[in-house]
Amino acid sequence: MTPEPDREPIIEFRNVTYRAPNGDGREADILHSFNLKVLRGETLVLLGRSGAGKTTALKLINRLLEPTEGEVLVEQKSTVTWDATTLRRRIGYVIQETGLFPHYTIAENIALVPRLERWPPKRIEARVDELLSLVGLAAKEFRKRYPHELSGGQRQRVGVARALAADPSILLMDEPFGALDPLTRTELRQEFQALQQQLGKTVVIVTHDIQEAVLLGTRIALLDAGRLAGSFAPRDFLDSNEPLAATFAAQLRELGNLRAAKESRKPGGSS
Amino acid sequence: MSLVAFFVQHRLEILQSTGEHVWLVGLTMLFSIAFGIPLGIVVTRRPWLSKPILGGANIAETIPSLALFGFLLPVPWLGDRASRMTILALTLYALLPIIRNTAAGISSVDPAVREAACGMGMTGRQILWHVELPLSMSTIIAGIRVATVLTIGIATIAAAVGAGGLGEFIFRGLAMVDNRLILAGAIPAAVLALSADFLLGLLERRLRPASSSARSRAAQTPPNSQQIAGAMGS
Repeated sequence: MTPEPDREPIIEFRNVTYRAPNGDGREADILHSFNLKVLRGETLVLLGRSGAGKTTALKLINRLLEPTEGEVLVEQKSTVTWDATTLRRRIGYVIQETGLFPHYTIAENIALVPRLERWPPKRIEARVDELLSLVGLAAKEFRKRYPHELSGGQRQRVGVARALAADPSILLMDEPFGALDPLTRTELRQEFQALQQQLGKTVVIVTHDIQEAVLLGTRIALLDAGRLAGSFAPRDFLDSNEPLAATFAAQLRELGNLRAAKESRKPGGSS
Repeated sequence: MSLVAFFVQHRLEILQSTGEHVWLVGLTMLFSIAFGIPLGIVVTRRPWLSKPILGGANIAETIPSLALFGFLLPVPWLGDRASRMTILALTLYALLPIIRNTAAGISSVDPAVREAACGMGMTGRQILWHVELPLSMSTIIAGIRVATVLTIGIATIAAAVGAGGLGEFIFRGLAMVDNRLILAGAIPAAVLALSADFLLGLLERRLRPASSSARSRAAQTPPNSQQIAGAMGS
């Protein structure tokens, strides 16, 4: 599915530069004159090497960071004119380390935003059960457990459920499956793909994994040293002449065989 | 006369002094917690204030207690009543471990948890009350525990300025070269210190989040034997 140009952008980067002091104390542009539109309902993958500015771009969307120059529009409104709290509660956020609250049960973790939004308790309870089954966890078994009692894959499922709790129209995911073992990662990716087709949210995913990008993205935005190197439909990406894209594509073909061999040797993953 | 007989004979006096001692320590802890925890939070929120606050508390810690009582004696309202002055001096000593552990507890909260909380739209205040403080509670209690044991020991010196407490026996015993009198002050003080240490230790373990047992506990300096010995000897 390639994006049709007439659909309205739900997120838009307009000439965004984000500058911050780097390791040796000098100011450096982490993002430079960055322009990108994310259309309603698409799954955009921000792909690039470490340090390309992917996570920075993601954090500019829910105003965990503010642009040094230019502006980021969410629903046609600049993030700096949004009330930060209101904006963030309308955007689901999933990070690699999950960031589940260790002192909250699974149910309490998922109920976080609905509780902040003061939903009635009955509705919260029903929503928690609904979300747990949506991410493939038995509500009865998991509601009362604590994050440390769960496996990495289960925790990440809870992380996704928590991000979806208040039914946000945008979902931001920062290397959501990065910390999982290869088998669990593959499993969760496939489940997420199914989930995404079912929910139709606008999703922005950060990854440096080309496999993940091609599998999950309806569009891939390639970042290189803080600049947009191009945006592609997954199919076009593999045949692209853009040098960095070609490197990633070659890596995908190369890793295809290698990874298959590695995963078949690995005795059963945890989930 | 044996020590036991001596204790039985003076039980009312000992009990009264112990009561005074508990009262001094209790009020001190109340004040030092009321000021220490907020100051510890300020240290994590305003890094530029962290040096003056921690530095100030550190300096207070290094003033010899007898000298501090001496300094405070001529201060107008404070010097009028020995107990006022004592509680102020003891509070100054108790602040450091509480400030330090509050700050350490909050800083040791997993950055991913804080980022998630912020990204979900929790306000700074909500993050403090619902995430940072609950997760650092056991570290804060550990600080209160150290401070309490420390205070029970130092409070015996307050008798030098007439604030009462178990130090009365110790100073009298020293003046009269009577070991029984010294022990009549030192033993109850040691029992107080050990019980406070035990009870607060219990609370500290109970409040420790199950998942964080593997996390670094460097901030929790357990009250060491030196401080307990201090309670007995001073």
